[in-house]
Amino acid sequence: MKNTTNTYFDLAGGSPNLRISGFGRFGIFVAFGLICLALSLITPNFLTWSNLTIVVTQVSINALLAFGVTFVIITGGIDLSLGSMVAVAGVVAASFAHPDTYPVVVPIFMGLLAGVVMGAFNGFVITRSNVPPFIVTLGTMTIGRGLALILSKGRPISNLSDSFNFIGGGQLLGIPMPIFILIILFVICAVLLNKTVLGRYMYAIGGNEQAARASGIPLKKIKMVVYTLCGGLAGIAGILLTSRITTGQPNAGAGFELDAIAAAIIGGTSTSGGTGTMAGALIGALLIGVISNGLDLLNVTSYYQQVVMGVIIIGAVVLDSLNHKK
Amino acid sequence: MTPNQDYILQVRSLTKTFAGIKALNNVQMNLRKGEVHALMGENGAGKSTFMKILSGLETPDSGEIILNGKRLKNTTVREAQQNGISMIHQEILAVPELTVAQNIFLGREPKGWFSGWLDDRRINQEAEKLLTHMGATINVRARMKDLSVAEQQMVEIAKAISNNAQVLIMDEPTSALSHKEVAVLFTLIDELKKNGVAIIYISHKMEEISQLADTITVLRDGSYIGTYPTAELDTHSLINLMVGREIDNLFPDSATEIGNAVIAVKNLSRKDVFTNISFTVHEGEILGIGGLMGAGRTELARAIFGLEQPDSGEISINGQLATITSPQEAIRLGIGYVSEDRKGWGFIPDLSIRHNLTLASLPAHAKGVFVDAKRETDSAHRMIRDLRIKTTGPDQKVSNLSGGNQQKVIIGKVLLAAPSLIIFDEPTRGIDVGAKFEIYKLIRQLAADGVAIVVISSELPELLGLSDQILVLEKGKQTALLSKEEASPEMILRYAMPN
Repeated sequence: MKNTTNTYFDLAGGSPNLRISGFGRFGIFVAFGLICLALSLITPNFLTWSNLTIVVTQVSINALLAFGVTFVIITGGIDLSLGSMVAVAGVVAASFAHPDTYPVVVPIFMGLLAGVVMGAFNGFVITRSNVPPFIVTLGTMTIGRGLALILSKGRPISNLSDSFNFIGGGQLLGIPMPIFILIILFVICAVLLNKTVLGRYMYAIGGNEQAARASGIPLKKIKMVVYTLCGGLAGIAGILLTSRITTGQPNAGAGFELDAIAAAIIGGTSTSGGTGTMAGALIGALLIGVISNGLDLLNVTSYYQQVVMGVIIIGAVVLDSLNHKK
Repeated sequence: MTPNQDYILQVRSLTKTFAGIKALNNVQMNLRKGEVHALMGENGAGKSTFMKILSGLETPDSGEIILNGKRLKNTTVREAQQNGISMIHQEILAVPELTVAQNIFLGREPKGWFSGWLDDRRINQEAEKLLTHMGATINVRARMKDLSVAEQQMVEIAKAISNNAQVLIMDEPTSALSHKEVAVLFTLIDELKKNGVAIIYISHKMEEISQLADTITVLRDGSYIGTYPTAELDTHSLINLMVGREIDNLFPDSATEIGNAVIAVKNLSRKDVFTNISFTVHEGEILGIGGLMGAGRTELARAIFGLEQPDSGEISINGQLATITSPQEAIRLGIGYVSEDRKGWGFIPDLSIRHNLTLASLPAHAKGVFVDAKRETDSAHRMIRDLRIKTTGPDQKVSNLSGGNQQKVIIGKVLLAAPSLIIFDEPTRGIDVGAKFEIYKLIRQLAADGVAIVVISSELPELLGLSDQILVLEKGKQTALLSKEEASPEMILRYAMPN
């Protein structure tokens, strides 16, 4: 049953290398499969190459944010500043991405740097004070939004180079670039979480912070790295978004943090820390994307879509808690 | 069978199966009015399952429970309490933010002038009457969280009495009490007996059992072994009944050569916690630390392990002066710490045995940034074998293990970091006799291998049986440093008690 080679495909809320048992652990995967099956039967357009690539492309930004926040939630924290980090990174990247100014690596580097710096700031304040991550990142959320508006003087930054716009809008071998970026980052994050010392320490800290400390794990260092990592992923998401809409929008990304947290939770990450997987986060994000795509195809208005999404979030957690009771 | 009028509670052929494994197999018990009936057995013998069924937390597969000639069926905790069976849990289950009186009457508040109205004055009066009757001086308006463990326990007992408990189940009630508090509890138990309350008493402490119990029932591996009057069983034969094999000498002999000094502590102090502590432990030597609860023993250990900072004094490790500011630093210097609080500081419940075992030595189980799964699995298998951890395999969650096996995982974690000094803080608290013996053997073996050992223990036999020298603390002061030859239970108690 257990298998060390594919632990990062261990779905829906387990720490790595647990014995997979029963329907529960696969619940979210089965649900995802059933929904896809149902949609391909009732709508003619769901199961087409172009629709599927559109769905995954749309999901990619939320998925990257979900990866980042999954790291954070596993250590027992939370990050509410994701959306603002996306905006700051996007605005920063856009300001270096005008045609004939800098080579494309410069806006990418600067956008990433913006996310990393903001994430590191979160980590710094959280590890140096006793203020809960919820409050700290709530503050950073507002600071970030303000920064994005200051840096862009409140106006969208447009006129970006073609090479920059290729990141989010281009295709390689007929596959949109965001899908490549998503796959690469998924593999990196999953390996990081399951195969490295750092990943193990994340589970340990979220599972029992005191015991982790008594085992000589450098709590502050690990938390610092985790929030920085989360910021970095938000930075990449910001670059991707800016490139896709070919504009640096200071108001972009509002509310993204909640979608990302929802994806992580639907994927089985426990908000109390210590459990969660990257595959879960990915499936969670895909599930949200597929459902909203399906509801679009079925001509359900976006008002109803929000209600459905909320029910799914609660349902996923209820299922998970029933599963834990057993 | 007709119910026997001599007994207040009769349990017959009780069976309970969990996931195909028989946790209880044909267990029986007959309880007389006003007796203290000890329930003995190793962890995993089925004691807690048995008590859970009696107190209404679990439903048996088959068997009967007859209380006062009346057969009880599928009771909930509430029904069990109404029928007169209450349980005092090892971990106190009270609402910390509510007052003592509110906790006592929780769920069955006396009705005021209309239903739903809380009559706080009456609740307080009745609670006060109850506690005074028990001889306890506890402010009924105090919040539960501000009480000591002993006081909280008193409140729980008061709650049971106010429920007209006829059968009171006590699960390791003294595990967190000081000697003085234990004496108060025992007086109360005597009082309850006189009032005809029957008490089922679970404890791993042999002296308590011989002092308190009238009758002893022994379980082993879920099966009923027998019921005996306490007077007919000595400690040795009781242990043999529980373990099912001969344990001749609970404490293996020390046959160790003492080597170089590993740790030397000089005038170590931390304000209001401990003052001027000095001792030296050599390779192969076991230092015991005795004292009452709150004497500063655990705090001293935590200071050496870098979890707290001393204000003054010196610690030398292998002859080198050391400033230990974090557990990381302590582990790097070769210090291991097995905490008294397994759940709080010991293990990560959601992680597997393997992942818990390597937690303190992960860099040594890694290639670069990656965990070396093979090396990790090898180490886990080695520890499971060496420490005889009873498990389905290295991937089992630690939360699913028994207390003794969890403790072994924690010890294994410390060992894998290859320490030259290990501090064991209450290493056998809440652990059954069989596992206790194994842990004693292990500590001795480690000493024989040249590891310096510090053992903090509230159990005098353990302290005396293991230690080469014994440090006694009283309210943070070092009152004695005794050699094995001069130490005796009376002497340790004399130095541990405030004058």
